[in-house]
Amino acid sequence: MPAISMKVNGEAVCGDVEGRTLLVEFIREKLGLTGTHVGCDTSQCGACVVLVDGKAVKSCTALAAAHDGADVTTVEGLARDGKMHPMQEAFKDNHGLQCGFCTPGMVIASIDMVNRLGKNLSEETIRHELEGNICRCTGYHNIVAAVKAGAANM
Amino acid sequence: MENFNYYRPASVDDAVKAAKAKPDAKYMSGGMTLIPTMKQGLASPSDIIDLGALKNSGIAVGATVVIKAGTTHAEVASSADVKKAIPALAALAGGIGDPHVRHKGTIGGSVANNDPAADYPSACLGLGATIHTNARKIKAEDFFTGMFSTALEDGEVITAIEFPIPKKAGYAKFPNPASRYAMVGVFAADTAEGPRVAVTGAGAGVFRASALESALGKGFAAGSLTGAAVPAKGLNSDLHASAEYRAHLITVMAKRAVDAAK
Ligand SMILES: Cc1cc2nc3c(=O)[nH]c(=O)nc-3n(C[C@H](O)[C@H](O)[C@H](O)COP(=O)(O)OP(=O)(O)OC[C@H]3O[C@@H](n4cnc5c(N)ncnc54)[C@H](O)[C@@H]3O)c2cc1C
Ligand code: FES
Ligand code: FES
Repeated sequence: MPAISMKVNGEAVCGDVEGRTLLVEFIREKLGLTGTHVGCDTSQCGACVVLVDGKAVKSCTALAAAHDGADVTTVEGLARDGKMHPMQEAFKDNHGLQCGFCTPGMVIASIDMVNRLGKNLSEETIRHELEGNICRCTGYHNIVAAVKAGAANM
Repeated sequence: MENFNYYRPASVDDAVKAAKAKPDAKYMSGGMTLIPTMKQGLASPSDIIDLGALKNSGIAVGATVVIKAGTTHAEVASSADVKKAIPALAALAGGIGDPHVRHKGTIGGSVANNDPAADYPSACLGLGATIHTNARKIKAEDFFTGMFSTALEDGEVITAIEFPIPKKAGYAKFPNPASRYAMVGVFAADTAEGPRVAVTGAGAGVFRASALESALGKGFAAGSLTGAAVPAKGLNSDLHASAEYRAHLITVMAKRAVDAAK
């Protein structure tokens, strides 16, 4: 069994995994960080998106063993001193969620979007960039508004 | 997903040695195709040889554009050098899947997989690329041998893809809205040897459209393609589109690709 260690939300963690253990399984089942969701398990919905070394990836389509030494940020790692991340705040303020299942992936994907493309995002860019994140409740309209507002406040 | 042994070799030689020792082993690059395939039970390798530690990503532009196999779609899409030398290639990479897929998926994995609806094979064939492996160099014409099949031997690793720089080239795809894969994608290039047109998504594998190439011989402009067509016979027909519709889309996408060519 591969022994791995990584940094998750700033904390050093380690564990033994099977070859087939997915990164999302390690995060949810070994670390108990259940904010990262599994929506489809077919690599399409984006509910499982986390930042790995600063880049958004689908943690359901990544082997834990392949992430030995990685720096991972999940939705639990976004708040600072009890204050939500501006992108989380914007999803709340703009009613960018209904059931909330897609939200952790949406928030992480949106932060990644700002990291790559800057704070001033057009509606068209946001919609295009969210192609890998599926929401079955909101109809996306308020998500797009939330990303726009959150980006500006980051 | 069935369990497997996991290796992470540090050199191509070690990877090839490991693959030769284990007949049911599979290489993994980004895992964006391999992991979903294993989850569905369509592949259950005894061993995974992860190429992620080879440090085999990077782009070199000289007389040709050489992209190392482990370079991600995101790296190709955002490369200033690729955008300058072959803008159509950067645009193609930026249209693969979604941002998260592009952060992991690699050019080597995509070319090795040769999905009949994948984007990169059309650029390889459309530009007349050469596939470099640990053992040899293979022309795109000889590399893609049909649905999900290539000229790669057991244990052979792709190390880089080398693209000649065209006078200009464009890529247009009609994506399946659910998967983002090409229902039809056309890569059109004006090259030193004349026009080349490669089609993905429409057939059992990527192919050159000779009827469109000869039409473009009159001049590399969308207008030259009016009336030119690829016959529907033999094209894919499925719940997404009939063969006739795909044939129609080929000419439409070819015109868009030529219009967009830079
Ligand atoms: C949601 C989603 C949407 C997608 N949309 C698109 C799309 O629009 N267009 C498109 O073209 N693709 C699309 N893809 C596929 C994506 O581009 C994959 O990244 C790519 O096909 C495989 O690259 P990889 O690096 O992930 O390879 P892997 O999944 O790691 O490997 C794929 C295959 O290639 C072999 N292999 C890998 N590297 C090498 C090598 N160096 N030498 C020899 N063999 C090797 C492996 O053994 C395996 O059989 C999509 C994937 C997903 C999950
Ligand atoms: S659970 Fe990972 S993409 Fe849906
Ligand atoms: S809020 Fe329910 S899936 Fe998006």
